[in-house]
Amino acid sequence: MEILIILIPMSVVLVFLAGAAYLWMQDRGQFDDLDAAGSSVIADDDTHPPAI
Amino acid sequence: MSAIAAYPDYSSSINHVPAVPETYNYRVVRQFAIMTVVWGIVGMLVGVYIAAELIWPDLSLHLPWLGYGRLRPLHTNAVIFAFGGCALMASSYYVVQRTCQTRLLSDRLASFHFWGWQLVIVLAAITLPLGYTSSKEYAELEWPIDILIAVVWVAYAINFFGTLAIRRVRHIYVANWFFGAFVLTVAILHIVNSAEIPVSMWKSYSAYAGVQDAMVQWWYGHNAVGFFLTAGFLGMMYYFIPKQAGRPVYSYRLSVVHFWALIFTYMWAGPHHLHFTALPDWTQSIGMVFSLILLAPSWGGMINGIMTLSGAWDQLRTDPILKFLVVSVSFYGMSTFEGPMMSIKTVNALSHYTDWTIGHVHSGALGWVAMISIGSMYYLIPRLFGLQQMYSIKAISLHFWVTTIGIVLYIASMWIAGVMEGLMWRAMNPDGTLTYAFVEVVKATYPYYFIRLLGGAIVFSGMLIMAWNVWKTVSRGRPYDAPIPALQAVHA
Repeated sequence: MEILIILIPMSVVLVFLAGAAYLWMQDRGQFDDLDAAGSSVIADDDTHPPAI
Repeated sequence: MSAIAAYPDYSSSINHVPAVPETYNYRVVRQFAIMTVVWGIVGMLVGVYIAAELIWPDLSLHLPWLGYGRLRPLHTNAVIFAFGGCALMASSYYVVQRTCQTRLLSDRLASFHFWGWQLVIVLAAITLPLGYTSSKEYAELEWPIDILIAVVWVAYAINFFGTLAIRRVRHIYVANWFFGAFVLTVAILHIVNSAEIPVSMWKSYSAYAGVQDAMVQWWYGHNAVGFFLTAGFLGMMYYFIPKQAGRPVYSYRLSVVHFWALIFTYMWAGPHHLHFTALPDWTQSIGMVFSLILLAPSWGGMINGIMTLSGAWDQLRTDPILKFLVVSVSFYGMSTFEGPMMSIKTVNALSHYTDWTIGHVHSGALGWVAMISIGSMYYLIPRLFGLQQMYSIKAISLHFWVTTIGIVLYIASMWIAGVMEGLMWRAMNPDGTLTYAFVEVVKATYPYYFIRLLGGAIVFSGMLIMAWNVWKTVSRGRPYDAPIPALQAVHA
């Protein structure tokens, strides 16, 4: 099963990259205020087209 | 700390707005949204046709181009990559712009992406009936088209991540994480699995051989389920359910956990497609264990989506778009329970190679993927054409019930057919011979194939209702690009 020599290390690298992405985003404060983050999308009003 | 957009007030600020306010790029969203409906009809029509061929094989008219073997990959490619793909591209471009409060990085790349993707679909629709195929499931297209897909996908990735990079709000909304994981992972999967050696313009051989090839194929195949058919559509769920319900997602914290849990545990479910094959036993077991683990993040996300309506369940009585979205998440919960169960080796010994698998795929593809796409398109299309809502709400409601009934007929008939096939295939006489000849099992499935055809035709008729409703809506509106609202920092 030589293919696993490629696929398994690739998964491990990807998991570490995902972990690094998570830590990076945490340091950037992306997860600091999760309550406001959830409601911000509701505050953006996309239902107001001008009368045609 | 986070910046929240002020509501744009068109009545009073009209004198202060510059002559041409900066707008979102709704053009590419419109293009993909309309093509979602078109390809949905085409893909499902081919599906209904091949379902009928299984009952009346003469429907192929004895033409090789219309045979089941060539049209079946056309059906799967059309519904997954054309219908599902266009829905994902429309919604990801809309969501990334609205939640980042910025126009797409590049209009030209967006246009290239749209026309390139349509070219891929048209090439697939020509080459597959002609019999050009790499014979890899969900990756049948030959090498020139594979290269085109890779180029178009890179344009998509640059445009999507570039837009995230120039965002005007600090926080990256969770839906973008799901869309981003979908874009990035599908690129890797496609490139690794499509590694092939061309021998002529329309013929190539895989770079891998035998069971190695099977392993790569299902590593690709099941991760495509995870990142194309799951992560991307979860992005839709996390945007359109809160927006349509007018309330934030049940737990934003859970949505973040959901995303990272899915990313960290997904990659090794693929070997469950190769139970009891030449694949080493331990690899099969890993596939089964990871599939079972996936139940946890999947159901966390499903509960999060459905509980968003907690305290506002009454909206489900009156809002057919919300019905589409919420029922789709219920189907997601159902198929993400069924999937891990079918990956258990003992269950798989009964279910594998039977129509149970076909039923499982369609409860995911029709119940989850199609229904959330349809709901999202009903949300998007009026907004893209400067209207408040679709032309007919009653027609959406009718479409919802037609789709639901069709799906239930489809998957229930396939469950029965599949379990019956599994039991008949393994039935043995006391002297150790098989009780049933294969053809006897085929004969026994006829009634269920007919119910499946009926269910599929009903779902297809729903798409025609949608096409009519979209036509009426679009012809009453005109292409509209919303202005990007001015930002106001909120002091924390």
